[in-house]
Amino acid sequence: MLSVRNLINTPSLTRDDIRQILDTAATFEQVNSRTIKKLPTLRGRTIVNLFLEPSTRTKSSFELACKRLGADTLSVAGSSSSVVKGESLVDTVLTLDAMNVDMFICRAKYAGSPEIIARTTGARVINAGDGKHAHPTQALLDLYTMRKRFGRLEGLRVGIVGDSLHSRVVGSLVPALRTVGAEVTLVGPATFLPAAPEALGATSCARIDDVLGDLDVVYMLRVQNERLDGAAIPSVREYAALYGLDARRAARMRPEAVVMHPGPVNRGVELTSEVADSPRALILNQVNAGVSVRMAAIYLLLGGESDVVSD
Amino acid sequence: MTEQTNRPDDGRGLAPKTVVMDEEALGRALTRIAHEILEANDGADRLAVVGIVTRGKVLAKMLVDRIEQIEGVRVPLGSLDISLYRDDYGHRLSPVLHSTSLPFDVDGSHVVLVDDVLFTGRTIRAALDALMDYGRPQCVRLAVVVDRGHRELPIRADYVGKNVPSARSETVRLALPPFDDHAAVEIWDARDWARAKELRDRAARADESGKEARQ
Amino acid sequence: MSYLISGARVVDPQVDLDRVAGVLVGDDGRIAAIDPSDDEVRAADPVVIDGHGQVLVPGLFDMHVHFRDPGQEYKETIAGGVRAAAKGGYTDVATMPNTTPVCDTGTVVTYQLQKAAEANLARVHPIGALTMGERGEQLAEIGDMVQAGACAFSDDGHGVQYAGIMRTVMDYVKQFDRVVISHCQDDSLVGKGVVNEGVVSTRLGLAGWPAQGEEIHIDRDIQLSELTGCAFHAAHVTTAAGVEMVRAAKERGDDVTCEVCPHHLFLCEDDITDAYDTNFKMNPPLRTAEDARALREALCDGTIDCLVSDHAPHATHEKQVEFERAPFGIVGLETELPLVLTHLVNPGLMTWQRLVEVTAVNPRRRCRLDPVRIEVGGEATLTLVNPHDPFTVTEDFLAGSAHNTPFIGARLDGRASHAFVCGHAILMDGKVAC
Repeated sequence: MLSVRNLINTPSLTRDDIRQILDTAATFEQVNSRTIKKLPTLRGRTIVNLFLEPSTRTKSSFELACKRLGADTLSVAGSSSSVVKGESLVDTVLTLDAMNVDMFICRAKYAGSPEIIARTTGARVINAGDGKHAHPTQALLDLYTMRKRFGRLEGLRVGIVGDSLHSRVVGSLVPALRTVGAEVTLVGPATFLPAAPEALGATSCARIDDVLGDLDVVYMLRVQNERLDGAAIPSVREYAALYGLDARRAARMRPEAVVMHPGPVNRGVELTSEVADSPRALILNQVNAGVSVRMAAIYLLLGGESDVVSD
Repeated sequence: MTEQTNRPDDGRGLAPKTVVMDEEALGRALTRIAHEILEANDGADRLAVVGIVTRGKVLAKMLVDRIEQIEGVRVPLGSLDISLYRDDYGHRLSPVLHSTSLPFDVDGSHVVLVDDVLFTGRTIRAALDALMDYGRPQCVRLAVVVDRGHRELPIRADYVGKNVPSARSETVRLALPPFDDHAAVEIWDARDWARAKELRDRAARADESGKEARQ
Repeated sequence: MSYLISGARVVDPQVDLDRVAGVLVGDDGRIAAIDPSDDEVRAADPVVIDGHGQVLVPGLFDMHVHFRDPGQEYKETIAGGVRAAAKGGYTDVATMPNTTPVCDTGTVVTYQLQKAAEANLARVHPIGALTMGERGEQLAEIGDMVQAGACAFSDDGHGVQYAGIMRTVMDYVKQFDRVVISHCQDDSLVGKGVVNEGVVSTRLGLAGWPAQGEEIHIDRDIQLSELTGCAFHAAHVTTAAGVEMVRAAKERGDDVTCEVCPHHLFLCEDDITDAYDTNFKMNPPLRTAEDARALREALCDGTIDCLVSDHAPHATHEKQVEFERAPFGIVGLETELPLVLTHLVNPGLMTWQRLVEVTAVNPRRRCRLDPVRIEVGGEATLTLVNPHDPFTVTEDFLAGSAHNTPFIGARLDGRASHAFVCGHAILMDGKVAC
């Protein structure tokens, strides 16, 4: 049983919570590899996928996870949602909640939206990404991928390279890695680093070449073209030269070190194709782990209502 | 067989009301079942033994060992975790999922499902659903150590160690290493067993955290 | 109506008064006698208010509130705002000009004074805008507003972005002997910031509002005040470094003052949790615990001149949204005095004399209002404070229209029990007069 009612961010998860989720995900990975992937476990349960900003990848992964567990899903997307029409998030959630749903899975443009949903409904809530705050299932699937490759998480040295300041992944991945005993360095120009990396439990470093040779995991973040307007970096070309991982740089990594990326990859910017398609790259393993880890989170949260004692 | 009372308890003064099978009786019953399975299947051809976790998995291995002794053939051994197929999910979550392992081609196989105690039949219903999601066996038979009655679904066992008529207020359980320090089929007053189990779980947790603290 | 406030400790450093005395308020709205004789009392036949254990001070003045009237009456009206003021023990308030339309002409000033007169509770002293529409581009009709009764000038809610414009504003305002109150915020640094840049912005994934975005404007406006000779008052300072700038300017003899809000004294960025409570969203934002400590010291030692609430009412539905979408600001008139009593005065960190200076004397001086002194013949604008009347802040306790405050649920030591504006009771036994 998890120690939390909702999965809003990773700092509220204990080490044992994380272990349970990853262990459970391993069982679901087995299910996901057989011919009949659908389970009857959540038959009759209703899960709302409330995606207030567009997200093809995360939304698909959650929908598949819900369906493979046998739950009924209701998708409320950004463009069709009344939140866009000026209805408040609270009113949208109250309306959906009145239809007796068991869980909300929420992607939102604004930080803290899942917390508002959790306060408004009695249903369970999973944060599928809120603003620049958190993306806990991404962090958990990253941990799952690392644990599967290295057989452990404790003591791993992880470097996260790129725009940490505007990354919701960093807000969840760093605290989760710290909880399981890994070390994290945020790498990037100061314009891409949060004001207080230590508040997340990370150190920071401006030059990738200073740390690359010490890392077990090189986690590359996507360079978001829309951020370039703010002049955080002068050009994609200069960023690729200073921080991009190409074959030449990758050759200086430890032999067993891996490359990860939350996707979608900007080939030729943060990663060259040579590196993205190399055996070091676990990018597709991450995607693959996504469904299993999300199934585990849904299963463990919805199963937490064991206060209903059966005879 | 003599039905004994006041058999070794868990050391905390709580004891089963009756012990209906001891270790020897259990062994004899499994040997008989192994013979019956081979007889009904006309040998070991296409036979596979699948235990329902957790105790059924151990029993299945004991049956496979006996079949090998009798027939000289090692038949495939599988295990099935039915947590995800239960009809009472949400009431009794299994936070720890065990892996399901069916290391043989399920299609066309002759599966013997193995469980410890047959009671309402709901576990077997779930096990059949789970099994079918892996393939289409030619036939499925059911072997249990104890049939205690009170069926809620139209399910019966093909091979039974012992029929044990019981009251609903009783708990019929199979004690089995490595889960227990002895092998026996015991009838408990349900409340006594609940207390005894709570004490055992607590002791196990304390042991576990002690281990972690030392690490 | 005549009142006799008996048995209270009377504190007014302006007339060097600090002793238990009876104060007789005549029906002409003036103080008829201090320690009146039996004959004087008999002649006046006053309503007697037992002030034992309480402290009588000159009527409190909050020189930084927002009453949203005209234009956003769904948030608050002048009539509702002065109820909140009376409940908090405030006899006077100065209202910021960011109404709709902006108070940038004498017409709006006149409207606000008229509405306040109708409400007949706390007095309202409108602050006029520095620039038309608070857009920071073109001078507002400052002379017109002075004639209509504007007490000071500010573009509060917005920093004046261009130094050249601010220089023009100060040059122009100076001739009217009014103070320029500056909301210090450099938009090019602050951007979309909603919380202090640092630990809290990192932890919650919210855009940061760096301390320097405020300090650079404080420094700039102090220098412009030196250049122009115009009186300058920094609104709601929040950082230790900002206070140091004001301290240094005062040591140089500049005509520079500043103010602080209770939330910046008694809350800090660590109070903003992952609950994303929008009642912790205000502008400027909550800073570090170190900053809050420096502000408390500076208020007690005389560097900070005025205590203000930055009372900013918002409708409930406006605050029940995502943190980034919620409007800035909290209400504070009702809780301002109780917070300072609880955290500074009762623990002995601040004297009663100092409390009177920052809540009554300095704000009036800065807004060019006549002083209110507790002396025979003086106007009977008074606040009676019960420092030991413990209560819990509830929505019912708040007398204004809005309830957006993070202090709901706070246990506080004491509060105002009575308040008079020129002998007219606006608060009696903790209840706002109708």
